[in-house]
Amino acid sequence: MSEHDDLSRRAARRALLAGAAAALAGVTIAPGIRLIEVAQAAAEPGAPVSSRVRWGLLIDVGRCTEGCSECVLACNRENGLDGGTRPTDSQWIRIVELKDRRTGRKASAPVMCQHCANPPCVDVCPTGASFKRADGIVLVDRHTCIGCRYCMMACPYKARSFVHEPLTHQKPEVPRGKGCVESCTLCVHRIDRGDGPACAQACPTQAILFGNLNDPQSAISRRIAEVQTTQLRADFALGTGVRYTGL
Amino acid sequence: MSGLTDLAARRESRFWALAVAGAVVLAAGLGAAFLMEHQGHVATGMSNEIVWGTPHVFAIFMIVAASGVLNVASIGSVFGQTPYKAYARLSGLLCLALLAGGLMVLMLDLGRPERIVVAATHYNVTSVFAWNVLLYSGMFAIVVVYLWMLMERRMARWSRPAGIAALLWRFVLTSGTGMIFAFLVARQAYASALLPPLFIAMSLAWGMAVFLLAQAAVDAWRGNAPLAVASPELLRRMGNLLGVLVAIVLYLTAVYHLTNLYFARQGSFERFILLDGGAYPLLFWLGFVLLGSLVPMFLLWRPGGGAPRAILAASACVVAGAFAQLVVFIIGGQAFPLEIFPGYDVASSFRDGAIASYAPTAPEVLLGLGGMAAAFLITLVGVQVFEIVPDRTAAAAGGE
Repeated sequence: MSEHDDLSRRAARRALLAGAAAALAGVTIAPGIRLIEVAQAAAEPGAPVSSRVRWGLLIDVGRCTEGCSECVLACNRENGLDGGTRPTDSQWIRIVELKDRRTGRKASAPVMCQHCANPPCVDVCPTGASFKRADGIVLVDRHTCIGCRYCMMACPYKARSFVHEPLTHQKPEVPRGKGCVESCTLCVHRIDRGDGPACAQACPTQAILFGNLNDPQSAISRRIAEVQTTQLRADFALGTGVRYTGL
Repeated sequence: MSGLTDLAARRESRFWALAVAGAVVLAAGLGAAFLMEHQGHVATGMSNEIVWGTPHVFAIFMIVAASGVLNVASIGSVFGQTPYKAYARLSGLLCLALLAGGLMVLMLDLGRPERIVVAATHYNVTSVFAWNVLLYSGMFAIVVVYLWMLMERRMARWSRPAGIAALLWRFVLTSGTGMIFAFLVARQAYASALLPPLFIAMSLAWGMAVFLLAQAAVDAWRGNAPLAVASPELLRRMGNLLGVLVAIVLYLTAVYHLTNLYFARQGSFERFILLDGGAYPLLFWLGFVLLGSLVPMFLLWRPGGGAPRAILAASACVVAGAFAQLVVFIIGGQAFPLEIFPGYDVASSFRDGAIASYAPTAPEVLLGLGGMAAAFLITLVGVQVFEIVPDRTAAAAGGE
């Protein structure tokens, strides 16, 4: 009950702040710039999903601190995952410790659903439960997922988890249930109300940058234009929405 | 005459004993499915790494064999080999039974089996799984019509066109099963265009072996010597055919691994599956290569290899080898980790870079056996109720 109250209080506060910020921006900045700034920060709450937007993440591996798992904790908190790490537990984001086989250089990087432009999980899903939204977010429709797990076989990034046990205390904004497949939603419920993903917000070193890849003026697009970035397994040509730099 | 009555009574009592045995295993399988549905897949050994486990080994064995078990009917109807025609009905019935058993297991293993109707109401045309929904239903329809043509004398002239349709559909169906794996771009074990033809070859070999075992079982049930209904010449030909089909599977499997071994990027996977992957190399070399391929070929082609006992032993070895091959292919193929960061050693809480472990639990094994029991029961009842298998004893008795 208190969790619900807390949620609605936070939502109201956020709406108030967003409204105030938009009003302020509308008053003080020229119209063109205001539009860009809004698009850069987040989606317009309530606006229909459009392919003019392509949401993505840029992960700066150089900034990702060894031993830190703030993004994982934030994801679990936001989406109501219990944080278990058994082979049957769901993990929507995990930190992968990397060691270059040739040089021995060590690094760590968060890995989650890469929100591909051509997602294999969507191609193979027999019922179309795996789908890609117009804005590039790859999701699972929990009403039509039959739990065949073919998408898990097809995903090159091991991004998906199968709910192996009955769940309780799910978050109202994040539908989850036994017998269905799930994965990172890019915090779609937050995006739809004008926020960014919880992992990006929680990262203490700002190693995860969220934004609109289709907007050349967005911070993420400007950064991608500046530095060399990599898509995981770019040889598969899946057009991932999550990019890495410093790998 | 009283001897014949005794025989009929013995057959009847055997039928009921077999039916009860089959029903018990089927009930255990359904109970296991209920448990898995109730507790979730945590009741199985499957995980986020081994997403398809023992139920899929059973299901794919049955579905692949279902296509191949029609060999005998096809040889009779399509290729005009008259001696085979007498066995065509059993061949068709076994196809339906195995298909039903395999699909039952696949369906009950779903995370949400009660939503199976969604697979019909929401159809994704790019999904090879969705194609298979059509391929399996089409196979059922074609084989039912084919069986009708075979059993209804007035329709006999249509048995050849129906047989041709079934033969062509078999190739498409088994290719479709192979493509489920062949289309998985990121899995080193699977992304190979060789898989659909390999699956076709496997279906021909496994189906032939299952047919011979089933025919022998029906003979035993009826109090006849196993496979004695077929002439020695026909038996020798069936044995030879089985040997050739087993050799083709071995050949295609060898080509699959040789091409992989030639590609440097596949080296570590091949090393795992053929050499240091624990149970998987053992199952591959001893289970599939030795027991499932070399031993049957030796049994079939050594002098005197056409004898019923040798053919049955060879068929049993082929089936055992098939299960070994499927465990290596399906479970071993998933146990090898995905390569997400080429050139890096990786580790994570989600077991990136680690070989996945898997131990099947009783419920999933029971579910698989339950599917086999369903196939067994369908065959048993079909043979009992319809005129499926030529009965030499009855014919001989009638002639007396």
